[in-house]
Amino acid sequence: MAIKEAEPIQIDVREQFQPYFEGDVKKVFQVEELSLWYGSNQALKDISFDIKEKQVTAIIGPSGCGKSTFLKTLNRMVELNTNVKTSGSIVYHDIDIFDPSVNLVELRSAIGMVFQKPNPFAKSIFDNVAFGPKIHGVRNKKKLKEVVESSLKRVGLWDEVKDRLNESALSLSGGQQQRLCIARCLAVEPEVILMDEPTSALDPISSAKIEHLIEELKELYSIVVVTHNMQQAARISDHTAFFLHGELIEYNRTDRMFSNPQDQRTKDYVSGRFG
Amino acid sequence: MTNAALIKKKRNVQLMWVTICATFAVITVGTLAFLFYWIIVGGAEVISWSFITQMPEQNMTAGGIWPALVGTIYVSLLTIAISVPLGIGAAIYLNEYAKQGRLVRLIRLSIRNLSGVPSIVYGLFGLGLFAATFGFGRSLIAAALTLAIMVLPWVITGAEEALKAVPRSFREGGLALGATKWQTIRQLVLPSAIPGMATGAILGLARAAGETAPIILTGAAYFLPIIPHDIKEQFMALPYHLYILATQHSETATVRPIAYGTALVLIILVILLNSVAIFIRNYYRRKNELL
Repeated sequence: MAIKEAEPIQIDVREQFQPYFEGDVKKVFQVEELSLWYGSNQALKDISFDIKEKQVTAIIGPSGCGKSTFLKTLNRMVELNTNVKTSGSIVYHDIDIFDPSVNLVELRSAIGMVFQKPNPFAKSIFDNVAFGPKIHGVRNKKKLKEVVESSLKRVGLWDEVKDRLNESALSLSGGQQQRLCIARCLAVEPEVILMDEPTSALDPISSAKIEHLIEELKELYSIVVVTHNMQQAARISDHTAFFLHGELIEYNRTDRMFSNPQDQRTKDYVSGRFG
Repeated sequence: MTNAALIKKKRNVQLMWVTICATFAVITVGTLAFLFYWIIVGGAEVISWSFITQMPEQNMTAGGIWPALVGTIYVSLLTIAISVPLGIGAAIYLNEYAKQGRLVRLIRLSIRNLSGVPSIVYGLFGLGLFAATFGFGRSLIAAALTLAIMVLPWVITGAEEALKAVPRSFREGGLALGATKWQTIRQLVLPSAIPGMATGAILGLARAAGETAPIILTGAAYFLPIIPHDIKEQFMALPYHLYILATQHSETATVRPIAYGTALVLIILVILLNSVAIFIRNYYRRKNELL
């Protein structure tokens, strides 16, 4: 009796582990040899790595390592400082964001930002969220209401504020203000959200809410978050970049970064030996 | 020295300085109170509704001060109408748009120094430029333009300070949402800056209303018992009227009570104008805080 040769079983490993195959995840930013100077002081040195689409990328490092500067370079907010010089490139989809033809209004509409200290405007809750759509030309009252409601719902603030939308945003608590700022950012329908230590000014419960929110938001948005809380980076991010003295020391999947760092300096930092 | 003695000495030194500072404060406030008292006592005799609303009569020895009051109000409002838009525009440009460097610092220094130029110099400048060169003649508009230039440093400096006081986070927040610079300034920065800008305008307004030298040269009339109907007409003004009654009149002793009355009305007018401006400032401040 002839034994039939077994057919080789085909397992597509790549499909199974798709989220972890870097090659298969689309890039949203391609940073290449990026350097930045404040006057004669070099804040970023030759940074190159890719930021993945619809993932949370955490940027960690001690104070003054350039992580906030890097974040602000992604939407060119860094240029609000005087005497900023850059070299290298950041390709966002197919466009180099430093190209003279880039329209900053469009760039910043697509790449939203949430700041370290909640910065609601001295306007009503409604007007804070409606501000973005309004300046981008939405005049229709009904449409504005819809945008405000859906944005506030997405950040879980709607039920808390729906009866007092006309009150000043400054009357909200710190955590609520930060979620309002995230809602304000979402209302512009960005593709990327940059967050600069979004929980460092908040209490632990508010921080937990924001972290939870970040995990929900990554379904729809690419998120880059600067944090000096390593546990936070470990909890919420898919990829982590470690900066030190303006250099990118290591960039890897978060789980690998924390369990098996390649560089001694990363090892020291994530184990809490300095920073 | 023992500890107790040291404590005692410290307390005495402290007491001495508090007393000195308090004395200076009393001297300042006392002078002002004395001035007010004198003017109120002197002016109370003549001041009445008809004093305010009548034309001066019989070579200014009788009647009221109506045209001088109206003239001062007109010229002050015109001054503010000219200097506030100019000043705020300049402040926005200098603070928000101009590249901060040597040139802007030089401009800012010049503006600050302009506030120290004697008012007679502004008067001569206005006479030469607005009255003669621009052909406005000696008139309301020439005087208002001159006063406007004179109060501009106050308005610009006040507006710049107000803009600087707006938190950087508002600007960042606006720009990060993709707002243009102008949208950010117009919708986020200016509303917060209005109270401070009003303060600068108040200072300017108070100075414009009380100023004498520039308007003598550029448009105030010695005696003109009519209300101006056109900005190219001359006008009477309270400070000049007061100056005439007190020093230039042939019968200064006879008209002394009218002079006191004029001084009182001028002071009340300035206080009223300031109160309105302060009210506007507080209104916006509250609105910003509470909405």
